[in-house]
Amino acid sequence: MTPILMKGHERPLTFLRYNRDGDLLFSCAKDHTPTLWLAHNGERLGTYRGHNGAVSCCDVSRDSSRLITGSADQTAKLWDVKSGKQLFTFNFGSSARSVDFSVGDHLAVITTDHFMGVSSAIHVKRIAEDPQDQVGDSVLVLQSPDGKKKINRAVWGPLNQTIVSGGEDTVIRIWDTETGKLLKQSDVEVGHKEAITSLCKAADDSHFLTGSHDKTAKLWDMRSLTLIKSYTTVVPVNAVAMSPLLNHVVLGGGQDASAVTTTDHRAGKFEAKFYDTILEEEIGGVKGHFGPINALAFNPDGKSFSSGGEDGYVRLHHFDSNYFNIKI
Amino acid sequence: MEVVDIDARAAKLGINWSQVNFDSIQLPPGEDFGIESDDEAVYHDDQSEFDTGFGNIIVVDHLPVVPKEKFEKLEGVVKKIYNQLGVIKENGLWMPVDPDTKMTLGYCFIEFNTPQEAQNAKEKSHGYKLDKSHIFAVNMFDDFDRLMNVREEWEPPQARPYVPGENLQKWLTDDKARDQLVIRSGPDTEVYWNDARQKKPEPVHKRPYWTESYVQWSPLGTYLVTLHKQGAAVWGGADTFTRLMRYQHSMVKLVDFSPGEKYLVTYHSQEPSNPRDASKVEIKVFDVRTGRMMRDFKGSADEFSIGGPGGVAGASWPVFRWAGGKDDKYFAKLSKNTISVYETETFSLIDKKSMKVDNVVDICWSPTDSILSLFVPEQGGGNQPAKVALVQIPSKVELRQKNLFSVSDCKMYWQSSGEYLAVKVDRYTKTKKSTYSGFELFRIKERDIPIEVLELDNKNDKIIAFAWEPKGHRFAVIHGDQPRPDVSFYSMKTTQNTGRVSKLATLKAKQANALFWSPTGKYIILAGLKGFNGQLEFFNVDELETMATAEHFMATDIEWDPTGRYVATAVTSVHEMENGFTIWSFNGIVIYRILKDHFFQLAWRPRPPSFLTAEKEEEIAKNLKKYSKKYEAEDQDVSLLLSEQDREKRKALKDEWEKWVMQWKALHEEEKLARQNLRDGEVSDVEEDEYEAKEVEFEDLIDVTEEIVQESM
Repeated sequence: MTPILMKGHERPLTFLRYNRDGDLLFSCAKDHTPTLWLAHNGERLGTYRGHNGAVSCCDVSRDSSRLITGSADQTAKLWDVKSGKQLFTFNFGSSARSVDFSVGDHLAVITTDHFMGVSSAIHVKRIAEDPQDQVGDSVLVLQSPDGKKKINRAVWGPLNQTIVSGGEDTVIRIWDTETGKLLKQSDVEVGHKEAITSLCKAADDSHFLTGSHDKTAKLWDMRSLTLIKSYTTVVPVNAVAMSPLLNHVVLGGGQDASAVTTTDHRAGKFEAKFYDTILEEEIGGVKGHFGPINALAFNPDGKSFSSGGEDGYVRLHHFDSNYFNIKI
Repeated sequence: MEVVDIDARAAKLGINWSQVNFDSIQLPPGEDFGIESDDEAVYHDDQSEFDTGFGNIIVVDHLPVVPKEKFEKLEGVVKKIYNQLGVIKENGLWMPVDPDTKMTLGYCFIEFNTPQEAQNAKEKSHGYKLDKSHIFAVNMFDDFDRLMNVREEWEPPQARPYVPGENLQKWLTDDKARDQLVIRSGPDTEVYWNDARQKKPEPVHKRPYWTESYVQWSPLGTYLVTLHKQGAAVWGGADTFTRLMRYQHSMVKLVDFSPGEKYLVTYHSQEPSNPRDASKVEIKVFDVRTGRMMRDFKGSADEFSIGGPGGVAGASWPVFRWAGGKDDKYFAKLSKNTISVYETETFSLIDKKSMKVDNVVDICWSPTDSILSLFVPEQGGGNQPAKVALVQIPSKVELRQKNLFSVSDCKMYWQSSGEYLAVKVDRYTKTKKSTYSGFELFRIKERDIPIEVLELDNKNDKIIAFAWEPKGHRFAVIHGDQPRPDVSFYSMKTTQNTGRVSKLATLKAKQANALFWSPTGKYIILAGLKGFNGQLEFFNVDELETMATAEHFMATDIEWDPTGRYVATAVTSVHEMENGFTIWSFNGIVIYRILKDHFFQLAWRPRPPSFLTAEKEEEIAKNLKKYSKKYEAEDQDVSLLLSEQDREKRKALKDEWEKWVMQWKALHEEEKLARQNLRDGEVSDVEEDEYEAKEVEFEDLIDVTEEIVQESM
């Protein structure tokens, strides 16, 4: 399996996202320009210019016409995917950390960090059909109990009835989108022990996977918040992904970037680790990054995946045929 | 009460723990419901230290009875005696006088500035002979009540009923002959069976905050000692770990057992308030079984070390070195220009005096006999040569000595059965700018203790590590230059050469800096710790061949189990990443790995020496096939069982997962219409149907060639 190295960012990668058809790959990095790539050969199609800060997250609409990005310049922006034009800017008082379109793409959930007395929050915005009609008002604002901790990810639950969030306070919460009430939160005993860094949900919104600095990833039922599986690794987890094709999950991470230079390069473990979803056993790993892995995404067809690292590279891997026959 | 018991009791009474709010429960004051708490025992112990405020007063008895005229003279004499032993408070001396006869009553009270001075004065002056008929009897004022209550008639002490003790060696009777190990990680201290057949450790006992610093097994494995603020405690027992004894020594820092585990030495040092002073050191020797303190030693750190680099931070541990063998008869202390050897019968110096050896810097006991080896460096700028000597204890007879010239340093290595002593000698080259090393090898058990000099093939090589084969005649040396030094093996006797050391082999350019012999000999691990990132080479010295090479990345510690069947390698919390340990078989096959964050310590439980004679052991080794058959069958059964269990476990997991998937599919179907509405009536749900891996066969025409085949009729 020879990866395709995609060098387009000058700073560490933060997020990767495929569109529904699996032909386009969007990448976000700490430089200010989200980039669009062809998913089969890694050709760079273009960039989205306009942000003035690190871009931490993005999402693309079901018909691949709209892109939403969240950035440390305290804005979230809507873009026209094809032309690269800015359509609308949501302004906040602090960095936008994560963005996610709802089913039907009429709503978007955006999380913002705490900053200068403003506590971290989850905002729900209505997305208008025609960008001319777009307004910046929030339909709903949810405050996390600990406003000083970042909410690293918030996504829509089944039928947009709930929002699932996770962040530095280690707790996963499920909110009711009608009333704004907190419905459930993860049990302290079984939940993560350190900051939750990433959250990825299944295509059918039935379950989701969280990765944490406590060196584990956990699989939860999205409706009941029941802990189903737990995957333990040796390094802090920064990114997680689930194969849509096989029962595999991938964890990415590595030794904290600030400690990397002090030890042998092998100590970092900058590997994307594959686990069997059901047996919770490690299957294998994909090495290559020279730095922790910050982003992972599976192509919706399950036949390729890409990883983005602290080293500024996106590595696009098309699986060899023997990957599909792994038996453990 | 054990937690299990409490749970059982609660179940019997129908109490649901989760509904009990413990904070709301109020016990009647002074009522403990017959449950004695651990804290209370501590509380009782502390009461004995209750301070009445008269601790600095002593009572001196058997003074002469004198009339008024001589009162002042006697007072002057008493003052003079006691002023030498401490500072008497102003008006601190009171000699009562009989109001009728105006004669003194033959006793006086003396108040000192501090209780320590009073204690010291009491000890020093008790039994002091003023003249023939007046021998002082000195007591502390605080002891008065106790002394008054002594009964006039002697009562025989009541015999306590005999309570059978636990079998402290029960772990040795494990029917699978497994070994135990203790690990510390995070707040927990855990003891496990190393179950190599099941490829996992089996828990024996676990306790959070079991110790406040570290734990240590006794040399024969009977006890596990833990360290606490109040002192040390030993644990052991037949089935689980119970506390067997406590040894009071507040803020104990280090402990050490005598080799036969009869005595426990505890150490405590106090940093001085004035940094120029030496730190205060207190060492206590306890009898392990009774818990009685046999002797304590107090003093400044200088008295327990001999200057040099070891003396800066405190005494070099262990301060007291125990003579070899199981008798625990002698222990020795090294201090400036003296070696103090104590015997345990009386806990006093042999012949009541220490041995004076000018400038001695190192001592080392034979592991089996009461022979002490000592090293004295060069003195007088090279006029007096350096010396290595062997001294027999208790006779203090010098058995053998050897003078050595232009020596920079010496290190002594005893072979584990006390047959040989190797002394590594670092000598200056002629220019005095660099050093080179050689060995002096003593054959202790032979007549007149012959000494042989061994130099390496390339005598300029630096010696990185040295290790004797346990119970054997061979030793291994790592020598040469980093990063790829050589490893050589020597034998003190071979079939051709019984009286001379000979080289067996040299392995060139190995990534190793430490040697770990198997406790049974024959096998050795050449390890590259620290800078070498945990390279391991499992080597068979009989065959002189490498069995396996492996790596435990970043390994910091290596320890063989006491039987030499398994090896543990560990990454402790000096590294941030990958803390945990790996168990290997003796030939370098990984049995299992355990990862634990904040991993501090791993220690195998030692085993007492075998009762089998050397001949019997040899016989077993010869007929190994006969014995191994039984165990091989057992091994096979276990592995079959394991694979069966594994299969069942996998099936259960798969079934459980299928249940979730079915549930999700059903819900997904249910919500189909609602989702369609959210998507403004877009029907397509295709992408959410699970992808399936399909095998597609297709034929591709790559090339067509035509060949004419001759038809043959």
